[in-house]
Amino acid sequence: MIEMQDIWKTYPNGTHALKGVSVKIDRNEFVYLVGPSGAGKSTFMKLIYREEVPTKGQISVNGFNIGKLKPRKIPYVRRNIGVVFQDFRLLPKLTAYENIAFALEVIEAPKKVIKKRVNEVLDLVGLKNKANRDPSQLSGGEQQRVAIARAIVNNPSVIIADEPTGNLDPETSWGIMQLLDEINFRGTTIVMATHNKDIVNTMRKRVIAIEHGNIVRDQLRGEYGYDF
Amino acid sequence: MVMTFNTLFRHFREGSKNVFRNGWMSVASVTSIVVSLLVLGVFILLVLNVNSFADEADSQVQISVYLASNVEKPVRDKLQNEIASMDEVSRVTLIPKEEGLKDFREKLGEEGKDLLEGYDEKTNPIPDTLKVEVVEPTTVPYLASKINALNEKYQDNPIYKVNYGKGTTEKLFKITRAVRNIGFAFVAGLGLMAMFLISNTIRVTILARRREIGIMKLVGATNTFIRWPFFVEGALIGLIGSSITVGILFFGYSELVNSLNADITLAIKLVPIHEISLELAALIVGLGLLIGVWGSTMSIRKFLKV
Repeated sequence: MIEMQDIWKTYPNGTHALKGVSVKIDRNEFVYLVGPSGAGKSTFMKLIYREEVPTKGQISVNGFNIGKLKPRKIPYVRRNIGVVFQDFRLLPKLTAYENIAFALEVIEAPKKVIKKRVNEVLDLVGLKNKANRDPSQLSGGEQQRVAIARAIVNNPSVIIADEPTGNLDPETSWGIMQLLDEINFRGTTIVMATHNKDIVNTMRKRVIAIEHGNIVRDQLRGEYGYDF
Repeated sequence: MVMTFNTLFRHFREGSKNVFRNGWMSVASVTSIVVSLLVLGVFILLVLNVNSFADEADSQVQISVYLASNVEKPVRDKLQNEIASMDEVSRVTLIPKEEGLKDFREKLGEEGKDLLEGYDEKTNPIPDTLKVEVVEPTTVPYLASKINALNEKYQDNPIYKVNYGKGTTEKLFKITRAVRNIGFAFVAGLGLMAMFLISNTIRVTILARRREIGIMKLVGATNTFIRWPFFVEGALIGLIGSSITVGILFFGYSELVNSLNADITLAIKLVPIHEISLELAALIVGLGLLIGVWGSTMSIRKFLKV
């Protein structure tokens, strides 16, 4: 479902972010991406949702050759990939409900479908009673739940999460992890970059470690393996 | 892909919501449109009035052909017909010498009474005169010499003198032309300035919404989809701004016309508002829309890459 073959990425400023990465992630997998800051984790994920294009090599997501995609087609590929960030990236002037509905309005879903789906995911992330609040009226954990709800609302096959618990306290982080696990259980592939040792070592999943632009470790039910 | 009605409705809803959401930024955009278009409108009104004044002045330009005192009726008629048949001429009126004397007496009034005392029909010093009105005022000098040249075709030089206020006419043309040109140059310059101002203002609002655009792209919105609300927003700002401008302009101008018309000692006659209101309103609203839409499309362009 996600396949990289000898992927190289060099930025215009000369930084070699990835140096010949090859990996295969199957449908329904849950993958932790670990490694020091600046090792290439973010680039790895940006390539998947086509924020960046590889300098060399082939990458395919859901059977699409992402590197060779025409700019016009990018939006349609993105609709099959949900993205979650450390800083939530909600629209401050929209309510929780509106933020989630936004992802469906953009793909021009009928109003009835939008209402039904948004209420379903609000239920799933446990925020049904806070649907009409602005992001500023929600806690960090709740904001991240809204962001996750927005990412999954159009049933993407993959969720890319860039340090989703990075800004949250440990207790709240566990809530978010349980939510992601539930989403994974329902059939969505999850690729998550993290620096959280406790989570990786407790909720055991496949671990891919990246250092200096190369994959140095790839193990099922792996450990975090760093002391920070 | 065909846009559904729902989507179109969403774009209009979002676009108009954005106008309010951006609060002061929208006020700033609308204000800059109002100011620019207002100056533009005042100048258009000024140019229109100068134009109409110039046209009035133009239409008063005519050629007086004074005939020799010995010219008989058949020659006079023939001359009149020949001048009337020229392409440049719109009308030729004969003012017989008796009438000319009467006009002259009236013109001089009480003070000149003594001066013309003793002149009667036999001793009338005023010649028969042909008043020539022209189609295009600028042809006057050329036409005058053409009429003067008719003398060569007749015996005894029946035309005594051709007069058209040489110099005055030419000066008037120069002035009206200059006023028009300066006016139009000004209007064009101000229009450009308004566009620049507005595209800059909308660029700032878009800069503030970079995040929103980024998120839209992330969840798979097409560029067309992203562009629409901004397009609607720009059009709305343009529409609001130009409507306010039209309101101020029409109110101010009709007040001005009323107060000037009340004062009968003033010879200035302004173009009545109903003669120009439709075209002027259409022009200003059209320009407002154009500026708003153009400004928003230009500003969003570079944010859509990647």
